[in-house]
Amino acid sequence: MLTFPPPPETTSAIETLRREVRDFLAVELKDRKPMDRARTWTGFDADFSRKMGERGWIAMTWPKRYGGHERSALERYVVMEEMLAAGAPVAAHWISDRQSGPLLLKVGTEAQREAILPKIARGECFFAIGMSEPDSGSDLAATRTRATPVEGGFRVNGTKVWTTEAHQCHYMILFCRTGTQEDRKGGTSQFLVDLKTPGITIRPILDVAGEHHFNEIVLEDVFLPQSALVGKLGDGWDQVMGELAFERSGPERFLSSFVLLTELIRELGPDASDEAKAVIGRLTGHLMTLRYLSRSVAGLLQKGENPALHAAVVKDLGALYEQAMPDVVRQLVGIEPSLTSGNDLSEVLGYITLTAPSFSLRGGTREILRGIIARGLGLR
Amino acid sequence: MSESDEIVLDSTRRLFDDLFPRDEASRRDETAWPAQAWASVEELGLPLALLSEDQGGFGLSAETLAGIMALAGEAALPLPLAETMIATRLLGVSGIEAPQGPLSIAPAPSGGRIQATREGAGLRLSGVLPRVPWGAQAAGIVLVADTAEGPCLALLRPADYRVSAGKNLAGEPRDDVALDGAIDGAFVRPGDCAARDLKALGAAFRAMAMAGSIGRVLAMSVAYANERVQFGRPIGKFQAIQQNLAIVAGQAAASAGAAAIAAEAVSGRGGRLAMAAAKLRTGEAAGIVASIAHQVHGAIGCTHEHSLHIHTRRLWSWRDEFGNEAEWSRELGEHVVGLGADGLWPFVTSL
Repeated sequence: MLTFPPPPETTSAIETLRREVRDFLAVELKDRKPMDRARTWTGFDADFSRKMGERGWIAMTWPKRYGGHERSALERYVVMEEMLAAGAPVAAHWISDRQSGPLLLKVGTEAQREAILPKIARGECFFAIGMSEPDSGSDLAATRTRATPVEGGFRVNGTKVWTTEAHQCHYMILFCRTGTQEDRKGGTSQFLVDLKTPGITIRPILDVAGEHHFNEIVLEDVFLPQSALVGKLGDGWDQVMGELAFERSGPERFLSSFVLLTELIRELGPDASDEAKAVIGRLTGHLMTLRYLSRSVAGLLQKGENPALHAAVVKDLGALYEQAMPDVVRQLVGIEPSLTSGNDLSEVLGYITLTAPSFSLRGGTREILRGIIARGLGLR
Repeated sequence: MSESDEIVLDSTRRLFDDLFPRDEASRRDETAWPAQAWASVEELGLPLALLSEDQGGFGLSAETLAGIMALAGEAALPLPLAETMIATRLLGVSGIEAPQGPLSIAPAPSGGRIQATREGAGLRLSGVLPRVPWGAQAAGIVLVADTAEGPCLALLRPADYRVSAGKNLAGEPRDDVALDGAIDGAFVRPGDCAARDLKALGAAFRAMAMAGSIGRVLAMSVAYANERVQFGRPIGKFQAIQQNLAIVAGQAAASAGAAAIAAEAVSGRGGRLAMAAAKLRTGEAAGIVASIAHQVHGAIGCTHEHSLHIHTRRLWSWRDEFGNEAEWSRELGEHVVGLGADGLWPFVTSL
């Protein structure tokens, strides 16, 4: 049986940090409308990220010599959850803080760390994830983008898709093939790619809301120096799997739609019906439970464990919770989802309705996660 | 978890395994009161576990409390351990000596089913307490009754009431207890405090037991899926079954998280609303898990002969005892709606 140990105890220092973050957000987000708050970790705002960097709220757990702040995983967790609950636009630095930076910290070369990590910590350096391809989605090991050894480095050809915000990012961690197609997992590696490198073309892929977050990245004879290799040649698969616990367990997996819940409560007002109260209470109880589990995983990460299975469970539960929310709202208040109605709740509902399907796709589909859980149960 | 807490958990696990072997066929028809088993549980000191160490208890951590109740749920323990632990603590706090033997609890029933009036330091009671767990076996029942002067805690002794036997869907005793008489002031304590919140405490303990039971149902379902062969392979090799059991594992994790929240609330952090959250979350999980577990087990799981129902019938009972999901959701929702939209997040993070 999978056990979730009690999360690390909160301390007065942590609660002081929480108040500092709330005070900061009260000023910074004063005029931010609910519709914009609904785009929190999909809200790209380089200025906001830089301000967070100034306050030491990026790279919080990293060593000071790389620009980090040597704070605990729980302190980092508090900053993340406060940002998401308030609907702060954290997309710009989110991926570099959550997984690209930690990857470099773990397996990158000293030169890579020194060049990149302090810039991430300042909120000035943003990363995209180059994993999926047109023919390699859930089946990540089917990757066909290939880095071929050449004099002084590698030549890369292939196409990456769904690379979120790549058009506004500085770097991409590229997952691609360096061995044979038959050696599905062992024949893969990761590279640090400057997105301004000649041969890279970035094209938008608009999402169902008509917004530009996704991109297609075509790599044509892109030269990467030997120094761009991240970790060991052939270790790509294992390194990616190590990143996933960070990617899957965080509070963004159940707080993406939090603004919809608060706007629902605002709309219902103090005279909500008993039925509405029951709905709000149920959602609150689920939220409290998810937060407990997610903080428990933060504690495991702090101890240096790789709670990949725990993370898969949290992400699956979080997606179920969030995807049910639009339906709950529309049945309670009889309001139409719309991106242009001028009504806060209707607009947030419209936005979440359009983005909710992606909650059980991004970061590993529901079916893949449940396959991982089934393996953990001893069924595969 | 401290070393002494680990010892408590280990000895509890061994005792429950000895007393109630997992899924033994004889457990299908449990009816008699297992006096010997209760004596062994008392000997281990579990009924006193919630008391502080100077009161003769263990001074349990929340984690260990959740662990003990999960073991009770896994074992489908046919004993009023939760009820006795709660009653013993309330009596200890109130300075009333607890009678020897198993105890039970009865929250103030709604709808005026109990008339309670103060008589000097004592209390006059009439009416029926419905579905009191192990009412007939209990050496005493702790009741919180509403009077015109406010709530009163009272210890009822067997001479104070008449019992008519009943049971829940799982066959556990749930007896109606009829009252008509005066309770001496020595057994009555007026006053209201969260620690006396019998209904919420009952809900918190049921939530913890449900988490244990759900864990056991998951383990049974995985074991069965790996054994049962159809179409030339174990059914657990089929993705449809794997995906369903992954759902059960998710619900089991959520239940364990909710049970931990309940245990912390019993230990003083979070209070009644945290207990509400725990009960509504585990109650919801119970329904989902029982349904998928029976689907995985197929027809054999629907028989009296198979032991799955030892657990699923308890889940179907416990989710409705001490308040169902709707009731606790309404109460938690009422609080949140009262806090307003901007009060939700500070509330959630304060727990």
